[in-house]
Amino acid sequence: MAAEAAESDIASAVAPLKTPLHSRHVALGARMVPFAGYDMPVQYPSGILTEHNWTREKAGLFDVSHMGQAFLIGPDHETTARALEALIPADILNLAPGKQRYSQLLNEEGGILDDLMVTRSADPDEDGALYLVVNAACKNEDYPHIEARLPANVKLVRAEHRGLIAIQGPAAAEALAALAPEAAEMGFMTSRSMKVAGIKANLSRSGYTGEDGYEISAAAGKIGEIWDTLLLDARVKPIGLGARDSLRLEAGLCLYGHDIDTTTSPVEGALTWSIQKRRREEGGFPGAARIQREFAEGVTRVRVGLLPEGRAPAREGAEIATPEGEIVGKVTSGGFGPTLNAPLAMGYVAKAHSAPGTRLDLIVRGKPLPAVVAAMPFVPNRYKR
Amino acid sequence: MAETRYTKDHEYIRIEGDTGIVGISDYAQSQLGDVVFVELPPVGKAIAKGAEAAVVESVKAASEVYAPVSGDVVAVNSELEAAPGTVNEDPAGKGWFVKLKLSNAAELEGLMSEAEYQDYVKTL
Repeated sequence: MAAEAAESDIASAVAPLKTPLHSRHVALGARMVPFAGYDMPVQYPSGILTEHNWTREKAGLFDVSHMGQAFLIGPDHETTARALEALIPADILNLAPGKQRYSQLLNEEGGILDDLMVTRSADPDEDGALYLVVNAACKNEDYPHIEARLPANVKLVRAEHRGLIAIQGPAAAEALAALAPEAAEMGFMTSRSMKVAGIKANLSRSGYTGEDGYEISAAAGKIGEIWDTLLLDARVKPIGLGARDSLRLEAGLCLYGHDIDTTTSPVEGALTWSIQKRRREEGGFPGAARIQREFAEGVTRVRVGLLPEGRAPAREGAEIATPEGEIVGKVTSGGFGPTLNAPLAMGYVAKAHSAPGTRLDLIVRGKPLPAVVAAMPFVPNRYKR
Repeated sequence: MAETRYTKDHEYIRIEGDTGIVGISDYAQSQLGDVVFVELPPVGKAIAKGAEAAVVESVKAASEVYAPVSGDVVAVNSELEAAPGTVNEDPAGKGWFVKLKLSNAAELEGLMSEAEYQDYVKTL
């Protein structure tokens, strides 16, 4: 046997970094793999299918401490928001206190350097601060990129002393409310500071699974206590990166470096919903000329969902062809969806072949695998609006 | 008693007269994780030693199963199409992939015995 699809995210770090929860994963019997320079749990003994289904049915607990947490700190919200808006296409100026938004760091050509979450603190005393969460694999490039482009009165402060965990699934809200009653009042994509199990934490009601849930940021030395307390709840089980990937794929969410990268724009990536009207009209972000042109004239290729017929999954890199055999695109993420109980994929196809219902072939091991373009998410999301 | 021989790539072949049942070891299935799809060759296909005999897909990745020895496919385990998880549950039994009619039984001598394979797995 030989693995075909290698872990393409593996960083070639000699000594992998460890999150504050590393010893807990090992004690739980996790299979640890290198990921973005960290030694991370890909699965616990129950396995990816069980972990995936548990998250959809109960509540999954994820260690995402490898992700990059940082603060942009300026004299007031407008100054900090404008500094960030020079780097991303989202409207941050009009982001209300306590609200969170998804966006992308863009290069001068409008290609995506990374995707990130941006949160404005709910606390008026913290006016002028924005909390950023960026990808682990990109953070070492993101931070210098951001710093080099900030005005003198806005600083980037890396929050390397913090851990980050996510609790996701239909039982997540009740499980967390037992430790932090105020969390239940939060709406999707909002943020608040509160104590969780007596520990000071920043919460956002968001995640990467399509389920209701929260991300919880706390001091690296304290995050383990929150993790341990949440796991005392029988509805909560630890979930590894393997199920995180199948959950996000069913939710139609992009994985940076696969579904979006420096060669794709947010318009091609079907992320236009994340670029608010004011920014589309005013521009003022890197690559604005290209992105405004794409809004006006359309794109030649776009990210779509794909449902293969039968049971065989199509993996990243598989070519996409018309039934007549013309190559019109490539799969960027693909696998098996445990909740869907079927294979699923996303990829880029020529615009003419992007309408839901279009029949295409995915080339798997040299053979055409019939598939149909499908609307995403593949599994309906259950966010708490 | 049927003898089972192993490759370094974790395929086994259980020899029954001039045929052999090919599957993957318990170690291999545990490394692979949950199997969600198995692609099997057509009956009658001649497969050379070391060539692809089947493809097994877990949630995470696709892996090839190589023929431990050369032979013609005389049967495939079509039950795996509906129940690929059988590879995880019973790799040495109901989770087999293909049955080969051996074309060169001398090739078996290059494979590991059960005891040699168990020692090999301990070194991994």
